[in-house]
Amino acid sequence: MVFLEFEKPLEVLYEKLEKIKQVGADGEIDVTDMVVNLEKRIAKRQKEIFTNLTPWQRVQLSRHPDRPYTLFYINHICKKFTELHGDRKFKDDKAMVGGIGSIDGQTVVIIGQQKGTDTKMRQFRNFGMANPEGYRKALRLMKLAERFGFPVITLIDTPGAFPGIEAEERGQAEAIARNLFEMAQLKVPILSYVIGEGASGGAIGIGLGDRVFMLENTWYSVISPENCSTILWRNWDHKIDAADALKLTANDMFKTGIVDGIVKEPMGGAHTKPEEMCKMLKRHIKKQLNELMEIPTEQLIEQRIDKYANIGVYEQLETKEL
Amino acid sequence: MGWFKRLKEGIQTATKNKKEAPDGLWYHCKECKEAVTMKELRTNFFKCPKCDIHVRIGSHDYFDLLFDGKFEIHFDEILSADPLEFKDVKTYPDRLIAAKKKTSLSDAICVATGKIKKKPIVIAAMDFSFIGGSMGSVVGERISRAIDLAIETRTPFMIISKSGGARMMEASYSLMQMAKTSVKLSQLAKAGIPYFSFLTDPTTGGVTASFAMLGDLNFAEPNALIAFAGPRVVKETIKKDLPEGFQRSEFLLEHGFLDFIVDRSDLKDKLGELLVLFDESGVKQASIAP
Repeated sequence: MVFLEFEKPLEVLYEKLEKIKQVGADGEIDVTDMVVNLEKRIAKRQKEIFTNLTPWQRVQLSRHPDRPYTLFYINHICKKFTELHGDRKFKDDKAMVGGIGSIDGQTVVIIGQQKGTDTKMRQFRNFGMANPEGYRKALRLMKLAERFGFPVITLIDTPGAFPGIEAEERGQAEAIARNLFEMAQLKVPILSYVIGEGASGGAIGIGLGDRVFMLENTWYSVISPENCSTILWRNWDHKIDAADALKLTANDMFKTGIVDGIVKEPMGGAHTKPEEMCKMLKRHIKKQLNELMEIPTEQLIEQRIDKYANIGVYEQLETKEL
Repeated sequence: MGWFKRLKEGIQTATKNKKEAPDGLWYHCKECKEAVTMKELRTNFFKCPKCDIHVRIGSHDYFDLLFDGKFEIHFDEILSADPLEFKDVKTYPDRLIAAKKKTSLSDAICVATGKIKKKPIVIAAMDFSFIGGSMGSVVGERISRAIDLAIETRTPFMIISKSGGARMMEASYSLMQMAKTSVKLSQLAKAGIPYFSFLTDPTTGGVTASFAMLGDLNFAEPNALIAFAGPRVVKETIKKDLPEGFQRSEFLLEHGFLDFIVDRSDLKDKLGELLVLFDESGVKQASIAP
């Protein structure tokens, strides 16, 4: 297990628990009571730590190395999942995955950014930073879903769209813009979840859903706290202030009405009980899909357009004073 | 070596406040280092008469250059709020006040209607001088209303992009303007109204990754920086020097993301031609064809 800095008090307790269990396993002494007591203490301490998480701590949790990623969710939520590769134009982007599968009898298309689980795989997945072909693959799969009437589910987990030379050459901006434009009029329901990091254009490039939800310990904003600190404070040291200022947590985003709800995570974060997290997400998806699939297509698109056309806070002067 | 260091590049004042500026004032070109009078610069479409560089200009300069005389400004009653009570080294309201004072503009985009070569058009033009031409709720809302106006009056629509990207002080609201402007453009497209995206120096970030790349036609001024990630970010990522001309208009034309590049002195004629080609009667025929 990897412990984040603010989880250190738990690490000590877990180490103790391991030792006691070891003693128990070695024979002679009955440690059952001690184990039960210690587990209670861990649960209590965990609750204390996790009920008052700061925005920056949530950002750290969203990047936890043990956190479940897109393919983990897909494989636990879908049956008969077939991954579909390539954008049919240039290549297959490993940072964006997608395919077709079944959720309790309902065929769906699921798409999401994919991060790697170890050093080698992190590189292979380009740290979840898709190139234009990734966004174009996503669009191809959405169009496939549209043709056959399958709902689309997108799982967002990216530190951003990749800012490289080739990405610029092949039109990173155009690829993201095209997805927004096409998703606006897609004739099937789109259900989006931020499952980890939701950074800027790279996130919204697959995120224009009829409904958008965030897992409890995730963030979604126009820029990462680190980059925001660099630009506005002119150095890297204000990432915690930036995390506060950006109002990027699930709670904040739900309060502003930009996302439609929050999906609870197991105590301690999604990575502590990943299978349970999958079950919770699956239940959530099924409920939302059932509702969305009842809505006639024309009305669905109209509602989607209204949803996004109405986002924004501004003042309006009564008379023209300028 | 001069005695004074130029602190801010380009022309910072809105045209409406600059009309009084004596024509005898000098403009010092940052490219060729030559000095020309303001009058020379203005009569040369704000291009340096010596090296032809297109100097960054504001929304009202474009309106003056493009419209046949009169034009009407719309939606300037919509102004920025501070939904997130954002504070970095300054508060967002303080930044807004400073920007308004510096530019005499109300936000980073200005919508106007008028005629180009007798053809009506709705134009939304961005101002880089207002917080880097950043896109917040006001930019999104003014574009959204301009699109509604274009649909209602069945008038062609153009956006002149000039932006550093998102307005960080509006965080997620700013990000969502990418979605907002894109869904509105999908409505415009459905209504069969042409949308011209004119990209000028610089067009980057969330603006490029939404409405600027979604034109029925995308065209740009020469040598304009057009990017998703700015050159500094790309350079930091790949840790190598960037190729010559990277992310400039000519580079984007070569890679297939622009339809053409137009010199500012030809812009009005070119738009006049396009508006005739896309004339409403033609549009209607296209939309009833099978």
